[in-house]
Amino acid sequence: MTIYIPTPLRTFTAGKDAVEVNAATIAAALDELTVAYPDLRKHLFTSEGKVRAFVNIYLNDEDVRYLPAKEATEVSPADTLSIIPSIAGGRQTR
Amino acid sequence: MNTATLPIELPELTRDDLSRYSRHLILPEVGVEGQRKLKAARVLCVGTGGLGSPLALYLAAAGVGTLGLVDFDVVDASNLQRQIIHSTADIGRKKLDSAEEKLKALNPALNVVKHDTLLSSANALDILKDYDVVADGTDNFPTRYLVNDACVLLGKPNAYGSIFRFEGQASVFATKDGPCYRCLYPEPPPPGLVPSCAEGGVLGILPGLIGVIQATEAIKLILGIGEPLIGRLLLVDALKMRFRELKLRKNPECPVCGTHPTVTHLIDYQQFCGLEAASEAPKSVKNGIPQLSVKDLKRRIDAGENLFILDVREPFEYQIANIGGKLIPQNEVPQRIGEIDRNQEIIVQCKSGGRSQRIAEFLKQSGYPNVTNLAGGILAWSDEVDPRVPKY
Repeated sequence: MTIYIPTPLRTFTAGKDAVEVNAATIAAALDELTVAYPDLRKHLFTSEGKVRAFVNIYLNDEDVRYLPAKEATEVSPADTLSIIPSIAGGRQTR
Repeated sequence: MNTATLPIELPELTRDDLSRYSRHLILPEVGVEGQRKLKAARVLCVGTGGLGSPLALYLAAAGVGTLGLVDFDVVDASNLQRQIIHSTADIGRKKLDSAEEKLKALNPALNVVKHDTLLSSANALDILKDYDVVADGTDNFPTRYLVNDACVLLGKPNAYGSIFRFEGQASVFATKDGPCYRCLYPEPPPPGLVPSCAEGGVLGILPGLIGVIQATEAIKLILGIGEPLIGRLLLVDALKMRFRELKLRKNPECPVCGTHPTVTHLIDYQQFCGLEAASEAPKSVKNGIPQLSVKDLKRRIDAGENLFILDVREPFEYQIANIGGKLIPQNEVPQRIGEIDRNQEIIVQCKSGGRSQRIAEFLKQSGYPNVTNLAGGILAWSDEVDPRVPKY
């Protein structure tokens, strides 16, 4: 299945905007992604392994948080995962 | 149908209005009554920059009666690549004044209210309360959360748009039954994790696309027509010209708009976003890293000191302007750390001091005993030491 990588995270996937993974659940797909691109891990997950609150993961067009099985939801090859971080353009933060 | 709440008595249209808005009047979805609703409407544009420019211009063109503008910034040359409400002659001028002038040239009947202030928890409720719709075009996370919370607390819909490089997001937040920004993003990213336009760059046309989408949503809310982006996140990839839509749900546990809200007053958003409060005096040490001013660096170079300046920008930036530092782009520093001499003082430099501060902290954590950050970066060098160094 395809995982869409948002622009701010593409520096950690060698510029790729989409990564193909072979996994049975959402959690497994994200694991495979962060094993392939370890620098992504700290941007997606807290040290306890939970998805960070300013990142949203969507299975097709549904927020994973609202799926009954959440990250344990089974996926098929035709599904897509999207990582949607918050963006605010403009001013530098210090 | 979701609408903004407007006064019961709608203003009459003048002869000038009838001729100016004829193309609206003959549209069944607008008509005379719709145009009167637009005339009665009061929209607040938070920010008159990239998003605010097309947003305000199109709202003025559409016949919105009152436009409030919030911006305390001044026009800079680098704005003109995308902030099309301003012109070259306006460089150095307050954005509010420049915007007002162009808006009134387009539509002299427009009532412009200028809010020459930094929107904060102290004034946001007071400023927002007189408007029907808020369009958030700001450039930083603390204000995004501030505007969101104020909109929810006051019951004002928020036509939201945001951009980064060549991707944009748009939605309508803070309607009664719809989600708010915090339903989507309960917490802001830690500072420095998401680059800004100054660091990441932005395709100039992008805020044009998204800003007009925001204006469209504001007009739909005022007229009560079409299907606003409530509960929908529109994602735009300008490079691929792909538009996608994701479902947004109202979070019943949202601290601001949920069934048992815990945020009932505006908070300290700078602190919420992990940012230091702005202070008058420049800090000489930040997070354990001594800050070096560009003037002091110049003094030390002139005194013949042998300095290790580590430039952590990208190669294309180095090509535009550099002060002779050793270039290791920030993302390569961990692998190339062997090239950075542990025994010397390392002066880390970037464009304006943000990236270099983070890399300096990283080096310190990696055991480097002597690391300094060049405060203000190459931009400060150009401003204060050598104006021949191009700014970008």
